[in-house]
Amino acid sequence: MSARPGERAAAWLLIGPFVIVTAVFVLYPLYRSIVLAFSQTFGPGASAPAGWMNFRLTLTDPDFWTALKNTGLFTLGSLCIQLPLALLLAMVLNRPGLKGRSVYRLIIFMPQLVGLVFAAMIGSVLFAKRVGAVNQVLHAVIGIDLDFPWLDVHVTPTLIIIALWLYVGFNMVYFLAALQTVDRSLVEAALVDGANPAQRFLNVIVPSIRPVLTFVVLLSFIGSMQLFELPYVMLEGPGNENRGLTVVMYLYQRAFEQGDLGSASAVGWLLGLALIVAASVQMVLARREAA
Amino acid sequence: MTRRARRVWPHLVLVPVSMLMLVPIVWLAISAFKRAEDFFETLFFPVNEDGGLAIERLTIEHFHRLFTEVGILRSLANSFFLSSTLAILASLCCAAAGYALARLRFRGAGGLTVLVLAILVVPPPLLLAPTYELMHQLDLLDSYLAIILPGMAPAFGVFLFRQATVQSVPRELLEAARLDGMGELGIFANVALPLLRPMLGAFVMITYLAMWNNFITPQVLLHSPEKMPLAVTVANMKGVYFTDYGLQMAATLLSVAPVLVLFLMLQRDFVSGLASGAVKG
Repeated sequence: MSARPGERAAAWLLIGPFVIVTAVFVLYPLYRSIVLAFSQTFGPGASAPAGWMNFRLTLTDPDFWTALKNTGLFTLGSLCIQLPLALLLAMVLNRPGLKGRSVYRLIIFMPQLVGLVFAAMIGSVLFAKRVGAVNQVLHAVIGIDLDFPWLDVHVTPTLIIIALWLYVGFNMVYFLAALQTVDRSLVEAALVDGANPAQRFLNVIVPSIRPVLTFVVLLSFIGSMQLFELPYVMLEGPGNENRGLTVVMYLYQRAFEQGDLGSASAVGWLLGLALIVAASVQMVLARREAA
Repeated sequence: MTRRARRVWPHLVLVPVSMLMLVPIVWLAISAFKRAEDFFETLFFPVNEDGGLAIERLTIEHFHRLFTEVGILRSLANSFFLSSTLAILASLCCAAAGYALARLRFRGAGGLTVLVLAILVVPPPLLLAPTYELMHQLDLLDSYLAIILPGMAPAFGVFLFRQATVQSVPRELLEAARLDGMGELGIFANVALPLLRPMLGAFVMITYLAMWNNFITPQVLLHSPEKMPLAVTVANMKGVYFTDYGLQMAATLLSVAPVLVLFLMLQRDFVSGLASGAVKG
């Protein structure tokens, strides 16, 4: 089939803005990030070739490993706590004939609208020692130490809790939409066959929502690995003994506090490669399961 | 389990969870009006010595100071401007590109689709340093163009609109319009765009929200305090008014409330549009 007259011109006109913006502000910076990663830089514009130096410096910097450890623990905690809870909430919400479903969905989703910066502002007061509401309530209920140091020592759990509040509803909405596509007759057939709830869950529901499940896991992984604003604003920097330092915060410090765009790009590529590997693993797994 | 118990137990889970979700927002909304001496005395509303609620001790002083002393109106206007401009431009660019990829035949369509998918995996922090360098070279640092131009055509938006077009813009309708002698651009504007309305609504909301809550881009690319959006201005208040919690919470409430209201008005489109991309995609 040949293109109709005008169709090709119209197509390029419609897609032109995307192509131009992507070429100038994505592909060119992407190319520059490779050049920069292998250059020693002195602020924007001045650089000299430096081989693998930026990567070597980064990988031998204990701060980078601290950042990676903090980010990794946060990601692990978020995935393992938040996603099962989101799925559980979605399953409760998906019960047939539940009254008030859309109101619950709205309320549980709502915190996601609060930006990370603003959640950090709220968190820094709620989790404060002695006077903070969290310690006040927990002290009254379970007798926790009023000076429990959420923001000084237990930074990662604090971040996991705040992220749970922010995003559990977001993931729940995805799961709920997926659950609503599960064929009711399959579930009923399993019931007739005498499958218990655990069997119904593992053998009927999980396979039916697997595409969305893998999508949400991947999305959460990618998002969590890029954690930055929440600790940066809440602790006004990396925090006590770098306990709130994350990979992106490390990149930010390198680029904009030390003016070293080169090693910042190297860090960016290390992060990018980690995410690409995760995405590929996910896709291979998804394909193998589909086959 | 009795029938009655079956019907009640989901609410025994959902009511406490909903309350936990709402508590920080309610706490924020009340804290923004509390005087310094009352701030940590009670969790929510201030109380009198006899234990009764003391609504009269709430104050709008923090908001007064925000507008006179902090100059927050400027940041509020900046956030409105940046978010609306970006939301409109990005929605139009992405809808046009997504429609072209899904329904128009032209050389390079396949390659461009692969490009869109490839860019989806590029983490934004990777582009932070080179974008800063580029904006320095283009002399666009401290200009809104540095934020608006790169944000105008996000790949994930093109992807979403491509999916939406495949689902909701039937080829037969386009053929009929062509037979009627309508031009290609007219077909996009008058036939396709109206059919893409649900996705447009959701995407405007997503981009608006993303820009409203974006901290790192303006923090890196803008310098002048008077150009900063709320996210940066409010974050910086922590260092300036460091024990003035009432003032900080008032600024936070002022930043969160507009998007909450906007969302409550448009939520039906938003939540369902968001989920449809994942499930059917």
